[in-house]
Amino acid sequence: MSVLVNKDSKVIVQGFTGNEGTYHASQMIEYGTQVVGGVTPGKGGQTHLDRPVFNTVQDAVDKTGANVSIIFVPPAFAADAIMEAASAGIAVIVCITEGIPTKDMIQVKSYLSDKNSRLIGPNCPGVITADEAKIGIMPGFIFRKGKVGVVSKSGTLTYEAVDQTVKAGLGISTAIGIGGDPIIGTTTKEAVELLMNDPETEGIIMIGEIGGGMEAEAAKWIQANGTKPVVGFIAGQTAPAGRRMGHAGAIVGGADDTAAAKMKIMRECGIRVVESPAEIGKAMAEELSKLVK
Amino acid sequence: MNIHEYQGKAILKSFGVRIQEGIVAETPEQAVEAAKQLKADFNSDWVVVKAQIHAGGRGKGGGVKLAKNLDEVKQRASDIIGMQLVTPQTGPEGKKVGKVLIAQDVYYPGESETKEIYMSVLLDRAKGRNIIMYSTEGGMDIEEVAEKTPELIFKEEIDPKVGLQGFQARKIAFNLGLTGEANKEMVKFVAALYKAYDTTDSSMFEINPVLKTSDNKILAVDAKVDLDENALYRHKDYLEMRDFAEEDPTEVEAGKSNLNYVKLDGNVGCMVNGAGLAMATMDIIKIAGGEPANFLDVGGTANAETVKAGFNIILQDPNVKAILINIFGGIVRCDRVAQGVIDAYKEIGNIPVPIIVRLQGTNAEEAKKLIDESGLKVFSAIQLKEAADLVTKVLS
Repeated sequence: MSVLVNKDSKVIVQGFTGNEGTYHASQMIEYGTQVVGGVTPGKGGQTHLDRPVFNTVQDAVDKTGANVSIIFVPPAFAADAIMEAASAGIAVIVCITEGIPTKDMIQVKSYLSDKNSRLIGPNCPGVITADEAKIGIMPGFIFRKGKVGVVSKSGTLTYEAVDQTVKAGLGISTAIGIGGDPIIGTTTKEAVELLMNDPETEGIIMIGEIGGGMEAEAAKWIQANGTKPVVGFIAGQTAPAGRRMGHAGAIVGGADDTAAAKMKIMRECGIRVVESPAEIGKAMAEELSKLVK
Repeated sequence: MNIHEYQGKAILKSFGVRIQEGIVAETPEQAVEAAKQLKADFNSDWVVVKAQIHAGGRGKGGGVKLAKNLDEVKQRASDIIGMQLVTPQTGPEGKKVGKVLIAQDVYYPGESETKEIYMSVLLDRAKGRNIIMYSTEGGMDIEEVAEKTPELIFKEEIDPKVGLQGFQARKIAFNLGLTGEANKEMVKFVAALYKAYDTTDSSMFEINPVLKTSDNKILAVDAKVDLDENALYRHKDYLEMRDFAEEDPTEVEAGKSNLNYVKLDGNVGCMVNGAGLAMATMDIIKIAGGEPANFLDVGGTANAETVKAGFNIILQDPNVKAILINIFGGIVRCDRVAQGVIDAYKEIGNIPVPIIVRLQGTNAEEAKKLIDESGLKVFSAIQLKEAADLVTKVLS
């Protein structure tokens, strides 16, 4: 068992032959991910990284049985790529692309509402199930197989949390980078729910940031349904209101989406919230050691 | 991207939204000419002189004044142009006013009473859909209305599959208590407003107030328009609406080097890869006893060049007493960052503040070796906690 992706996942890369696609596909293959091919319109029939290139996602699915896709196409074409993957029946679509117009994502979300596809991202580092499959851009070598699941809006902050967790003597089941845009395919709550239901996961690290209400929604769900310890961190305690902090979604608009408000509601819902990002791994280790006793 | 009221109104008008007409002026003389023109075109005896800055609450700060004759126009315009306008949204230092909008008087007396309405179009993040938010309590601070009388705020959700429907526009007009001609005018106004929002890829429209005039016209008296920067490639004609005078010059310079920089008030500068880790680094500076001087994300493609640019930008801030570089190498390789630090240090010559470099991830060991063998006076750290302790140490 694992969440979203595992060693049997058959992965295609959309934007396969571009710089980003080529580099990260190689890294994914090196990690052991079953990359079965890629899609670049107009380059169908060619071979790239010893794998077949297809003109359409449907072709790739028909010929390879792919069930996971990772998208590296530029922002202007990314919404189209997500919808193409969904129409071809891809189960898990991971979109790395940053900078997709909000209007395009409103249409994507609406399009996906009656499809059987789960979108992760966009503007995210991807998903990794340690030692099985890396569908993303994260540095694989920091991950060690274990029992801690990670949900995060941020890339490098995820790596930071993972690194601390591993150095605290623990390991990672699945880490899900959900993305930092205002509209994303899988919410914090949905990702937490997946990990809560995963028998391999014993503890969950939930990393959020200023902006939006997803952490509060997840916290309330955890209070009602949680069965595993959750350690939380919210980035942007020192961020001023009204200024966008890098991520398109990271902006304090009102009293409810400040770091302080989110940390308060998470604590009220029974989550172990750390003030310092340097304490994430240590706090998880402490919470898990309480379980053993 | 925020734009000025006069630019926002020009966009609205191009989509058939009725607006309070006006002419922009940069000098008192231009203001007088503008007022004469408004008299000729719209028979407006009085005009309103409105400061054009990217912040709300302009009236409260004295940036919006009524002028009843041409002498008053000249006087008001010369008072406002060049003033340092302080509003609840500008911060205590205020913003310098470069332009005023000379706008027609729309509160003229007539057959019925005028009525101020609030209306905005924005994204509901939780639903992933646009909504039209509106209230009978126009002309006031909407957050105050939301707090005191939330029942007076209505929301209409737009289904992206079909867009705004006629029944929704009618519902808005009736909920606002409008009847007769004003009701019909509001239906047209809402339809045109949403079309403008949708077509221009806007992130937010806030029209406060929308006015029902004494002769039952519906028009936008103000226009706060925020365009989605990610979609500007589809609207290249709007790019020239960007007003660099409204932005921090260091932030503009950083943008030219593809650095995502936000200036803050603290004493410890930071340079980080990734927005989330950058925010977390700001937080850890505070916990370590400092205050963050900036947000700076060097991005996923950081190299010696961009890191050097980051250094130069942080060092422009005289409040900076120390710099923390925090890089977790995934896409970006730590050795490249280390080389950037070394090159920048050597080029700048003598950096007057202590530097803490924390490099972790891809090629971290090579990076550390590069730093250690460079002979530079930098504190190095591997763990985030160590970096925080070093911040505390250099500040004390």
